[in-house]
Amino acid sequence: MKRAFGLAAVAALATSAALAETVAPTNVALVDGVIKTSLTGQPGDAGVGRKVFANRKQGNCLACHTNSDLSEEIFHGEVGPPMDGVADRWSEGELRAIVTNSKQVFEDTIMPAFYIESGYERPLEKFAGKSILSAQQVEDVVAYLMTLKEE
Amino acid sequence: MNLKLWITVAASCLSTAALAQDSNKLVIEGEALVTETAAPAHMENVDTIYSGWRFRSSETQALETDDFDNPGFVFLDQGVDLFEKVDGSEGKACASCHEDIEDFAGLRTQLPRVQDGKLASMEDLVNECRTERMGAKPWKWSGGQMTAMTGLIGLQSRGMPVNVEIDGEAAPFWEKGKELYYTRVGQLDMACSNCHENNFGVMIRADHLSQGQINGFPTYRLKNAKLNSIHARFKGCMKNIRAEPFKEGGDEFKALELYLASRGQGLSVETPSVRN
Ligand code: HEC
Ligand code: HEC
Ligand code: HEC
Repeated sequence: MKRAFGLAAVAALATSAALAETVAPTNVALVDGVIKTSLTGQPGDAGVGRKVFANRKQGNCLACHTNSDLSEEIFHGEVGPPMDGVADRWSEGELRAIVTNSKQVFEDTIMPAFYIESGYERPLEKFAGKSILSAQQVEDVVAYLMTLKEE
Repeated sequence: MNLKLWITVAASCLSTAALAQDSNKLVIEGEALVTETAAPAHMENVDTIYSGWRFRSSETQALETDDFDNPGFVFLDQGVDLFEKVDGSEGKACASCHEDIEDFAGLRTQLPRVQDGKLASMEDLVNECRTERMGAKPWKWSGGQMTAMTGLIGLQSRGMPVNVEIDGEAAPFWEKGKELYYTRVGQLDMACSNCHENNFGVMIRADHLSQGQINGFPTYRLKNAKLNSIHARFKGCMKNIRAEPFKEGGDEFKALELYLASRGQGLSVETPSVRN
């Protein structure tokens, strides 16, 4: 009895330790269009995510998506669907999967995969072997997207 | 959700944004140019082709309709001087052998073309004369002297329809260019087709996406206030998707140039066009 309890406690500890560690791009568990848990084990910061969304050198999501919440930005692209109410349409796990690797959710999409570090050809040297966003930035963007509700 | 559907949805919602190509007619110095025509048979996914002029703002468009307003002409004047300037060990100028610049009429419409088994762009022809016939140093592919000269030579074909050879000897080069056009590259992992075929007419942040036609090159860009070569533009687009560009004047860009020219068959040469 005592011993079994001890094992369970160890297992629980191990899980939380794993969660607190950042998942490398190659170890991301994207299953059926969903990534269940945070890539960093930490919750994202929606305020930071809003900035990453607009920043041309980071997410630059505005290049392709309109978003009423960012009306202070003049230029909104329209290559993809508007972001208004996106959290009503997708769950957090689905949004995490879309931002991490859109290609596994939308076939042949123009949308870049933001958290992969290989699988693309001829990158400029300074970007080679890197992901566009860090794991924490993905989480921040996901937290921000979760605030975009209309209902 | 399907991309085309979304574009339609976005198009109907955002009435304020510039959408698709406009219906303006390009008349330069009284001459009407073709900025829209049926796509050539080899293009499977596009019905109608449009000059990039049709996607620019009315202010930018206006600059191209009057040669006095077109800032590209300042550089073509430099081209006229260069054409007459003696250079190199043979003591010759272009004008020593090419009496009348107007004799180059029609040349722009046919380039690049296969010559001695290789694909030759206009820059190659100019530099061949400089190195083989004048004993002069070659000009840099996208340098100011070269674009001034290719602009001046291109102007002689303004209004004539693009008409490059893509069969016979040109076929393997064309195939290679087509493959490059549809190959995703860079950290952003995109192909030319993702933007210029699937999404022309759509805003990508502040830019109104065109079909990426090359009938107006070299192009005067407001962004850098100079004439820009075709290959320099390709390079810029590749860098924007964080891809290592191919070499200007290299086999890849020349093949891509041939393929892109063939996607513009029938559009009028607009050299020197004005873009942002
Ligand atoms: C180059 C254009 C492009 C960029 C940049 C881009 N997206 Fe997308 N995105 C798309 C397209 C196109 C779709 C539609 C899916 C498809 O391709 O079929 C889409 C779909 C989505 C969806 C699903 C929306 C829905 O309602 O169905 C979300 C969420 C999303 N993108 C978020 C983002 C975020 C967050 C970023 C920035 C980190 C981003 N996108 C950057 C083009 C882009
Ligand atoms: C010594 C004489 C000579 C000089 C100098 C010379 N060329 Fe040529 N050029 C030729 C000959 C010969 C040809 C090939 C025959 C032809 O097609 O006219 C040619 C071909 C060309 C062509 C291809 C024409 C076509 O229709 O295929 C271009 C473009 C050209 N020259 C540009 C220039 C420029 C620009 C200069 C000055 C930088 C220059 N040439 C200097 C003799 C000369
Ligand atoms: C991320 C989207 C994107 C991709 C991918 C892209 N371009 Fe562009 N390209 C643009 C934008 C934006 C412009 C400026 C507006 C316009 O004319 O579309 C442009 C302009 C051009 C022009 C100038 C058109 C004119 O009328 O002067 C050419 C040529 C061109 N691109 C070729 C290419 C080629 C070749 C590739 C592939 C190697 C490519 N582009 C990939 C976005 C893109």
